[in-house]
Amino acid sequence: MTAPILEVKDLHVRFPISSGGFLGGGKRYLHAVNGLSFDLARGECLSVVGESGCGKSTTALAVMGLQDPTEGSIRFHGKPMTGPEAPGRMARARAAQMVFQDPYASLNPRQTVWQSLEQPLRLHGVKDKAEIARRISAMLKNVGLTPEQGKRYPHEFSGGQRQRIGIARALILEPEIVVLDEPVSALDVSIRAQIINLLLDLQEKFQLSYVMISHDLSVVEHMSDRVVVMFFGQIVEQGPWQAIFENPQHPYTRRLIAAIPDPDTFLKEDTEALVRELPPAPPGYRHMGDGSVPPNVFETPEVSELIDIGGGHLVRYLRA
Amino acid sequence: MSAPLIEIKDLKVDVPLKSGKGVPILKGVSLQIMPGETFGLVGESGSGKSVTSLAIMGLLKKPLKATGGQILYRGEDLLKASKQTMRNLRGNRIAMIFQEPMTALNPLQTVGRQIAEMFVLHQGKAWGEAEKLAIEALAAVKVPSPERRAGNYPHQMSGGLRQRVMIAMALACNPDLLIADEPTTALDVTVQAEVLKLIRELCAARGTAVLFISHDLGVIASVCQRVGVMYSGVLVEENDTRALFSNPQHTYTKGLLGALPRLGSRTSDSRNRLVDIDSIIADRSVLTQERFIAPRITEGGAAQ
Repeated sequence: MTAPILEVKDLHVRFPISSGGFLGGGKRYLHAVNGLSFDLARGECLSVVGESGCGKSTTALAVMGLQDPTEGSIRFHGKPMTGPEAPGRMARARAAQMVFQDPYASLNPRQTVWQSLEQPLRLHGVKDKAEIARRISAMLKNVGLTPEQGKRYPHEFSGGQRQRIGIARALILEPEIVVLDEPVSALDVSIRAQIINLLLDLQEKFQLSYVMISHDLSVVEHMSDRVVVMFFGQIVEQGPWQAIFENPQHPYTRRLIAAIPDPDTFLKEDTEALVRELPPAPPGYRHMGDGSVPPNVFETPEVSELIDIGGGHLVRYLRA
Repeated sequence: MSAPLIEIKDLKVDVPLKSGKGVPILKGVSLQIMPGETFGLVGESGSGKSVTSLAIMGLLKKPLKATGGQILYRGEDLLKASKQTMRNLRGNRIAMIFQEPMTALNPLQTVGRQIAEMFVLHQGKAWGEAEKLAIEALAAVKVPSPERRAGNYPHQMSGGLRQRVMIAMALACNPDLLIADEPTTALDVTVQAEVLKLIRELCAARGTAVLFISHDLGVIASVCQRVGVMYSGVLVEENDTRALFSNPQHTYTKGLLGALPRLGSRTSDSRNRLVDIDSIIADRSVLTQERFIAPRITEGGAAQ
């Protein structure tokens, strides 16, 4: 396998919570992300799944450079993206871009689509007008819009079209990594299918690497190469999509999969089967919770480790 | 088979224009909900599923106007009912829960008092007794330590708990029909699973009929016995849940089911594209001309 383009090692993000103590005496920290490590290969789609508050969005922001990690490192092509040697904002923008859940909130309402796509190109030193026009037209066609539609404002588009614009805006600088933060969860079923298809097409066409943040496991199964399951700031299970969906080991992953309302599962009526029997933890270890009781986010979590159970499938266990 | 609890006959809702004509929102919707039945309405934004539920509740606001048809509740036409009759029905016989409990609950009153109000208003109970009943109602929706929680304000509760409070309030007077409009859309999947289970169990135990509205086909499949698919103000297909999902008849339903990423459907590392409705249906306007309403099958096996 080729070297990963993105390596995240032992990432910690803590937010100070002032508890009103004099001179910061009573300062507590909220552990949003606790020792997260993963890497991303070229052309791969890695999904980070978990429920609200599990730290998946904080992870996305850290990858984008919008949130400084408290500890740990993020490397892009082997070069540090955090700390004193971190590159500037402009270089980061060319490395990674983000597609947001609500495209309307992330587009400037007073700029036409064309202007929204033109600004980043100009900022990054593309001055030639013909070149700019060529790249914008090509990008609009890539996402299934016509260059003429570029003259319109965001409010003139439907939700699905706006998400296409959001994708065009993210791709215009030709980044290698695209962070997708719940890219389809605000869309209707038929539009969602179109955007998923578009994202898959673009990924193959431009060999993009996706980090997808999502809580919708059926979309995750459909799109991902590898999956990271997060629970309160920690990875509880990580592996190729097949391992996670066909052989989930951690109780929380099983809970999450069993909770998806999927028509087929209900029609087969074996929803409980997945939750019932649990494979035994390897000798010397025990499972870390089942996700039904949220841990205290203000405390450092119990010492646990991710153990490789074969084929890059990692599961978190506590020492027995 | 017993008479339907709610029978909607050719309901038309318009947004009237100054020219005298109207923009049709519902173009003649007919459906029946049997006592104790869970009926799902599924469709995309703007298909008219919420408007249908608001019409039943008598909550159509300007510019929406019911221009034709009937909504019969136990034989009485709700579209012609007086404001006072609707007031007595709403919350008492027909209750509703909404997508966002935070906006539906009063932020300035404790949840216990808000539930108690239902008993005072509809059953003429004294406040003291009503507040005891409210605690029982909270216990029934499996809110942990209900005595303490009754004294909480909505902002002190999580989204899942607030939705449980909404359910407690809606079911307080043992209504005949519970309308649930996207009740779990704002919740996390594991919380959603718990809330859906609660609605299923409580309504089955009390014999409450449910009109469940959602855009999520999976949620609908997990809760409902019968499903109606709405598209552009028309009920295009209606069938028993199992039949609808295993053997969809209408082109739109087929497209919708194909557009859904199904858990466990992926078999290889290559990624299949989902069905794009627009690629199989060139002209969406013909969709509303085709309708497929399957008859209900009675227990004896005879179609009704």
